[in-house]
Amino acid sequence: MSVTTSDSQLSFARPGGGRTVKNALATVFVTLATVLAVIPLFWVLITVITKGIRLILTSTWWLQSQRGITPRRQGGGAYHAIVGTVEMALICAAIAVPLGIMGAILLIEYAKGTKVARGVSFMVDILSGIPSIVAALFIYALFITIFGLGRSAIAVSLSLVLLMLPVVLRATEEMLKLVPQELREASYALGVPKWKTILKVVIPTAFSGIVTGVMLGLARVMGETAPLLILVSYAVGINFSPTSDTMGALPTMINSGRDQPPQMPGYERVWAAALTLIIIVMLLNLLARAIARASRLKEK
Amino acid sequence: MAVTDTNATERVEPEPAAAQDPSVSPVVDHGPVALHSPVPRVAHHVSAPSTDDQVDRGPRGIKLAKISKTGDRVFRALASTSGLAMVLIVLFVGIFLLALALPSLRADQDNFFTSRNWTVAGNQLRFGIAGMLWTTVLSSVLAMAMAVPVAVGVALCLTQYLHKRAAGPISFVVDLLAAVPSIIFGLWGLIVLGPFLAPAAQWLSNTIGWIPLFSKSVDPKGSVFVASVVLAIMILPIVMAISRDVFAQTPRDHIEAALALGATRWEVIRTAVLPHGRSGVISASMLGLGRALGETIAVMIILTTPAAGSPFSPSIFAGGETFASKIANNAAEFDSPSKTGAYIAAGLVLFLITFVVNAMARVIAERGGAKS
Repeated sequence: MSVTTSDSQLSFARPGGGRTVKNALATVFVTLATVLAVIPLFWVLITVITKGIRLILTSTWWLQSQRGITPRRQGGGAYHAIVGTVEMALICAAIAVPLGIMGAILLIEYAKGTKVARGVSFMVDILSGIPSIVAALFIYALFITIFGLGRSAIAVSLSLVLLMLPVVLRATEEMLKLVPQELREASYALGVPKWKTILKVVIPTAFSGIVTGVMLGLARVMGETAPLLILVSYAVGINFSPTSDTMGALPTMINSGRDQPPQMPGYERVWAAALTLIIIVMLLNLLARAIARASRLKEK
Repeated sequence: MAVTDTNATERVEPEPAAAQDPSVSPVVDHGPVALHSPVPRVAHHVSAPSTDDQVDRGPRGIKLAKISKTGDRVFRALASTSGLAMVLIVLFVGIFLLALALPSLRADQDNFFTSRNWTVAGNQLRFGIAGMLWTTVLSSVLAMAMAVPVAVGVALCLTQYLHKRAAGPISFVVDLLAAVPSIIFGLWGLIVLGPFLAPAAQWLSNTIGWIPLFSKSVDPKGSVFVASVVLAIMILPIVMAISRDVFAQTPRDHIEAALALGATRWEVIRTAVLPHGRSGVISASMLGLGRALGETIAVMIILTTPAAGSPFSPSIFAGGETFASKIANNAAEFDSPSKTGAYIAAGLVLFLITFVVNAMARVIAERGGAKS
């Protein structure tokens, strides 16, 4: 903005009153908006931390489940819910990551600039806008009503795939776009076939970006609640089997205890579960950002 | 899809074949043509006549191994399959929801679009989406009206007012807001924000309560108003991030031209930055709207469900149910096909609305991109 300073030095007539006022008003508005936008994150974080910190610092929180614990009783932990959340997210990632990466490869390496790429890209946009509840209803319709299977953690994972796919695909696509064309050409010139070039040259170059995308996708699906409500029942005990119809998860743990009055021990557990979920999701986000940052520095 | 794909790329193949002649002299640079050409095959063809039976020799006597195309074929097929999967998933979502909703829609005794009833148990189906549609649209539009000005303000502040070093951390904080799971926003909205906003809501409905939109209601805590404030917070990061990116791309020349004409900072924004970013901001707002329309758990936790048969209230201080919150609230009751079908019909409407909104966002963004 060096121009502004030279402008003020040169100005023979200062902007008239109305214009200065408008300019000042705009500055005030912009500042207010920024302050307003920063508040919610801190407000939410402080609320969750102050209400939940005591419990998550105890070892029982991380090692025990809620089996046999009523809202009136102290004790128990979130182990069952953490296991469920992580397990469902990992099953989802196992499906969504390969599909997403291959989709991005199609868009950038094979069909770039063609009608196919445009069509697929449009569908990915639509997919990324699908509400989680619609994704859950779709899996409900397909697996439970049509195939006659029961509710299960796997069904949840499948509906989460719909939500994670676009995140992974877009992140991979952005990274593949950044891979220098010279690298590909050098590889072709050595007689390496296209698929091997993609596997051994393009993907390793874009790897950090893909990892970032996967972590952001994981963070997103771990916080989803709607599919859990529709496709699996909340279990208070520890359960590792993804095919059983009940499984704990942090979002449903919060949801099932949210109506408790503040004097109940269960109330504190709800906030502790919220804090646990925030910690997991935030860690994934921060880590993803750190990786993206580190790789960007390396490129320079 | 797969068929068109192979056709499209098969058509590219003749190019390298046509470029065979110049490739006789290895010095000639093929440029981008060499990209698509499996180099060894070209060399193979060219070198065959010149060096009698030594088929595997390239132009400079480099030994070239014969390369099998199987790997490429498999890999391309995999990539095409996953592309096809994207298309099929979206189509299947529409088809399956419609297929399961149709029987219930046929059995519906009420008008699906105008009725506010929701009787889905038993033999007599009487249901309609009017109430849900109102609450969904009202809360989302209100959220958008609150979020977009703030998001644009923040984006302007980050790109036009602040130094990069100060803008970084603020950007980071707003971006992190997007990472907070919606259930936590719901919990916070219900327990912290709702009581906090109650006096303001009370005051508003006392002063301008004669407007039906602001009329008094029984329970101001679990109101559409609180839900839309939370929704606004949730969509703020998306709208902000996209607006920030388009504002940052304002051509430097435009800004400097405006400054040279003696424009104040606000006039620079009005004449150079905002016109450049307009389509981006509109498209970002639509994306935000799409998010708000489909948000489930935060809205479900906050909104008080009105008692069945209670009179319709258009007020933003009344409770209500959105498509998503209604479906999620009753998820445990999906026992008979006709009942499930009714909820799936509501989900289908939500899908169609978000589809249209997101498609519009994309079209607007593309048009804007083509123009600039």
